[in-house]
Formats: sequence, C-alpha cells, structure tokens
Amino acid sequence: MNIDKNKLNWIYKKLFTIRFFEERIKKIAKEKSVPGYLHTCIGSEAICVGVMSALSDDDWISSTYRNHGHAIAKNCELKQITSEIYGRSTGICKGRGGSMHISDFDKGMLGSFGIVAAGPPVVLGAALQEKINGGTKMSATFFGDGAIHNGAFHEAAGLAKLWDIPMLFVCENNGYAEATATDWHLNTKELKDIAKAYDMISYQGDGNNVFEVHQITRDAIIESKAKNTPIFLEFKNYRFSGQYEGDTQLYQPLEEIEEAKKNDPIKKSIEMASEYNFSSDEIKQIQTDVLNEVNEAFDFAETQPWPNPEDALEEVYVNYPKELLR
Amino acid sequence: MRELTVKEAINEALFESFENDENVILMGEDIAGGKGRENYPGTQDSWGGPFGVTQGLLTKFGPERVRDTTITEAGFFGAAVGAAMTGLRPIVELMYVDFAGVCFDQLMNQAAKMRYMFGGKQSVPMVVRTVVGAGFRAGSEHSQTLYSLYAHIPGLKVVAPYDAFDAKGLLLSAIKDDDPVIFMEHKRLYMTKCDVPEDMKAIPLGKGRIRRPGKDVTIIAIQRMNLFAEEAAQKISEENIDCEIIDPRTYSPLDEELIFESVRKTGRVIVIDESNPKCSLASEITSLISEKCFNDLKTAVIKITAPHTPIPFSPPMEDFYIPSTKKIIEAIKKVHNA
Repeated sequence: MNIDKNKLNWIYKKLFTIRFFEERIKKIAKEKSVPGYLHTCIGSEAICVGVMSALSDDDWISSTYRNHGHAIAKNCELKQITSEIYGRSTGICKGRGGSMHISDFDKGMLGSFGIVAAGPPVVLGAALQEKINGGTKMSATFFGDGAIHNGAFHEAAGLAKLWDIPMLFVCENNGYAEATATDWHLNTKELKDIAKAYDMISYQGDGNNVFEVHQITRDAIIESKAKNTPIFLEFKNYRFSGQYEGDTQLYQPLEEIEEAKKNDPIKKSIEMASEYNFSSDEIKQIQTDVLNEVNEAFDFAETQPWPNPEDALEEVYVNYPKELLR
Repeated sequence: MRELTVKEAINEALFESFENDENVILMGEDIAGGKGRENYPGTQDSWGGPFGVTQGLLTKFGPERVRDTTITEAGFFGAAVGAAMTGLRPIVELMYVDFAGVCFDQLMNQAAKMRYMFGGKQSVPMVVRTVVGAGFRAGSEHSQTLYSLYAHIPGLKVVAPYDAFDAKGLLLSAIKDDDPVIFMEHKRLYMTKCDVPEDMKAIPLGKGRIRRPGKDVTIIAIQRMNLFAEEAAQKISEENIDCEIIDPRTYSPLDEELIFESVRKTGRVIVIDESNPKCSLASEITSLISEKCFNDLKTAVIKITAPHTPIPFSPPMEDFYIPSTKKIIEAIKKVHNA
C-alpha cells in the first residue's frame, strides 16, 4: 500500500498522541483532579487514526462519549480538548460539554453523543444534505458494538439504503457493550451481517492494524460515492479501558486482557513501521515530540480560568429573550 | 379579504417557504403518500399526510425535497438535525404528537442541546410540525397535547396557533427561525376559517395576542380553548361581565409581559388548558402570575384543565375530559364575585 511520508508521519503522530493522552487521563482520573465522567479509548487508536486518515479534514463525522481519540484524529486542538475536560472557559465547548461531548463543528464533527446510537441518524442528515446540495463531503458515523441493537441505528441504516445515501457506518467492535460481552449480545454470527438486513455492503477488518483500517476505509469511501450507497464497516479490537475510568473491570478476565495485549494497536503499528521505511529513530523522535505536546496541553488546561457561573446562560438558543432563561 | 381554513393556511405557508428558500425540505410519514408500486402505480400525492396538510408539495417540488419516509421517527428526526446543522432547513412531520416517545431522544438530547453542549458553533434550524388535541374520538394515543413536555426543554421553541391567520404567520416565522421549533396543529381546528390576507406577513415568535379586550376578568386560553373562552365571554357579557382573552400563541418563549399587563388590570384570572393538569402550561402560567403579580390579584387564579387521566374514547367520557364553555362560565362568575 502506498502512503506518502507526510501521511505516515501524521498517522504515527496521532496514534501516539491518543495513547499518551489517554494514559494521562487515566492518571488524572485516579488522582481525581478533574470533574465528571471519563471514558478512555485505549485499544481504539488504530480505528480512530485509520478511518480519519482516509477521510478529508472537512468530512463529517459523529462520535460518542468515548471520543478523545476521534477528536484528536480529526485534528481538534489538543489544548482545547484538554481544557474542556478540565471544565475551563477555553475548552473546545467553552466548558459546557465536558469529556463526553468533545466536538468541534469547524473540524467536521457534528457531535459527540452521550446517548448510544444517537449519531447515525444525525450523520445520515448531513449526508442527505450533501446529496441534495450536490456536495462532495463524505459522512461517517462512529459507534460501538453496543449500538447495533438500538433502533436509532436501524432506522438510520434503513433510510440511508432506501435513499441511496453515500455514508459510512463505522462500528468499533471492541468486545464489550458497557459491561456486557459482545459474544453474548450478538444475534448474528458476525457483527457485520447486521447490514445484510438492509442489503447494505459491509466489510470487516482488523481494528488493531491502522494500515488495514486505512485501506478498507479508503476503498469504502470510493465505492460508497461511486455506487451512491451506504457502507457498513466493522473493525474488531479490544477495549483495554473499562466502560469508564474507575470501572473495576472484573467482567474482563485477566487472561483475555493478556491475550489482547499481543495485538495492541500501538505495538502492532511500531512493528509494522519498517514495512513503510520508518526507522526506529524516527518513531522515537515522534514519541518524544508527542509526549511533550501532551504534557504541554495538560499544563495549559490546569492553569486555564474557570468559566463565569453566569456563562451557563449563553448560547442555549440563537435568539431568545435572556430574561426568560432565569 | 379572503377566508382560509387552518389547514389551507398551513399548506400555503409551506408552499411559500419552499418557494422562497430552496434549503427548505420536508420529511415525514406519508406526507405525499402513494410511494412504491412500480407496475401498478397508485395516485401519487394522494394523502398529503393523514389530514392532507402537505398535499401538492411533492407534485410541485419533487421527491428530492419532499421525502416520504419509512415509519422511523428517530431516523428522520435525527436526519433533520444533521441536515439542519449543515445548511438545510428541514421540516419534519410527527404524524401525531402522541408518537413523540419513539423519537424524543433526537429532540430532547440532540436537536435541543447541540448548540449549547458543543460550544455554540452550530445551530439547528428545524421545524417539527405535529398534530395535537382531543375531541376526535381518537382514543388515548392519538389525542394528547403534551405542550408542556416540549416547553420544559431548554433549546426548543414551542408554538401552538389557534386560527388560520396565526397558523400561517407563525409557521412562516418558525421555518425562518434558527432554533428548533415545535409547531403544534390542533386537529379540531384544521377546518375552522378566518380572514388571512393575500400578503400575510410572518408573525414573530414569542408575541401573544389579545383576542378580546376587556376590563373585568383575564382569561388565558391555550390553542383550541380560545374557542370556548370566546363563547363564554360572549355569554357572560350579557351579565355585564367584561372578559379579556389572551392567546399566548407561543409557549417558549412565552409573552409573559402581555399576560402580566392584563392581570394587573383585572386582578381576576382564569387559565384554560386542554392538557392534563400536573406540570402543565396552566400550572406554569399560574405560578408565574402568583410570583410576579401577587399584589395585583383580587382572588386566587382558577385553572381549568383536563383531569389527570388518559383521554377516553367513548364520546360522553371524552366530552367530560375536555374543558367546556359551561365550566368556563362558572369560573368567570366565581372569580368575578370573589
């Protein structure tokens, strides 16, 4: 597979950024130095980066409450992301969203939803808008294996196929829907077979292999646009993090975690670097740079001002009498 | 001047909005009707929704902008949110407000909160048109109003017009508005008529209307209740009691000042709401009056609402459920004589 050097640099940079970032989040979660719920995506880095490396900067995506990796891979500002998690005024959502809702519309993010399967219908709408207006932006909705039982996913999938809407349904099959194992909750033999009910094209890939994710997504975008049809992608990986930070993870057997570590997406991408003429020195340099950048982002966030309490009244509506918000 | 029914007025507002802004699209179940059947095509555009309100739009504007959907309210409500954020002005039809349960997440958590939660960079200019109201012998799941369910949620605007004039003017505004608007149409008012000028202008959201000026008693009437309020006010005028009727028209934002001005003048107030009583618009308006106009009140506010029951089917029971002119007249006498 041909990937130019700039893109390769970007891919490795983003992979390491997400991993270092989430490791730091786990640390501050333990120290209880930030308010609120935290959901980390350790083990999802290759899916976040592989899909985003095939999309253009201004393509539309939706994410979920496990969104840090998607936001970083969609080129949202690291300092703004961090500041948002700390609830500070310079956060990406001005402190009104928090960790579960990291999203920047200017970077093509339609939203990061706390409600499972809320994203697919919204992304369908953006894709419909592109179709009606003759736009060229691609649309992709990220969701987990837990979302595939939810009606909102099925309703969006059915309409997307019926209306010939080019878009990607990207399912991260990470083995767990909250605390429930996928091999228990799945009704079909393979998760991607869900798409058959809608006569939708589907592909499956190794979610720990960033280059495989990239290739499958790149091909799917071309096919989806050429055939004017939605495509369902399933990427398998393992959720090393708990459902949330603080989860005891007792439902995840230790042997299973040890086994999964053999396929850790970061480990795998380092092993594959030589195939792309990437030297271990180059890898080390990127890691050093990225770790500095992550540390700077946390240093920045910690020192940012809190929002004014009354800022809670801003931007509820475009236009509404302020005195009626009391 | 010409007369239009509420149904015709809404249809006209839709046509004009489609003509004036190519970003306006419509999605809903059987908003055209007759889709499918390749070999033996049925009559296209035969339904126009269950009440015929959207009839003709498909024929005039085509299937790209007038989209019959599958029975998937969560799917097409969510699609409206995404389409609205990225540049269209979608109108979606929720066939009956009672169906809200299956798609409420997309309204309550997505449409309403996206602008706020994601830092104010985007807006969601969509309109939900929906049908409300009892009196159609349609049973418990096709007759509710549920006004307060929507008015409760920050980020949503709520409009419920009474006559054809307001229906047209307010719908024109709702479609131009940059926030998500719930536009509630009462099924028992669709065929009622009033004057609507050819060059009808948009009526700003958040402005109420004095439907009948008076000095003795203030009646605040919600949507169809204006009909009974007018009947009651007319009858009681024979006893020299002069009622003022306020139709707020919009419930979020609510024209509180218009209500307070009238209350300050009369000091005697009745609020009529066809909804269930608990946590209703009637209780909200009554509470606002007691907070802001306590010293102006000459007697306690009387609320006239439906009872705290589902809507019964059988005509005698449904008629008992809906507030009546008789109950309003009794209440007027009570507040007037207190």
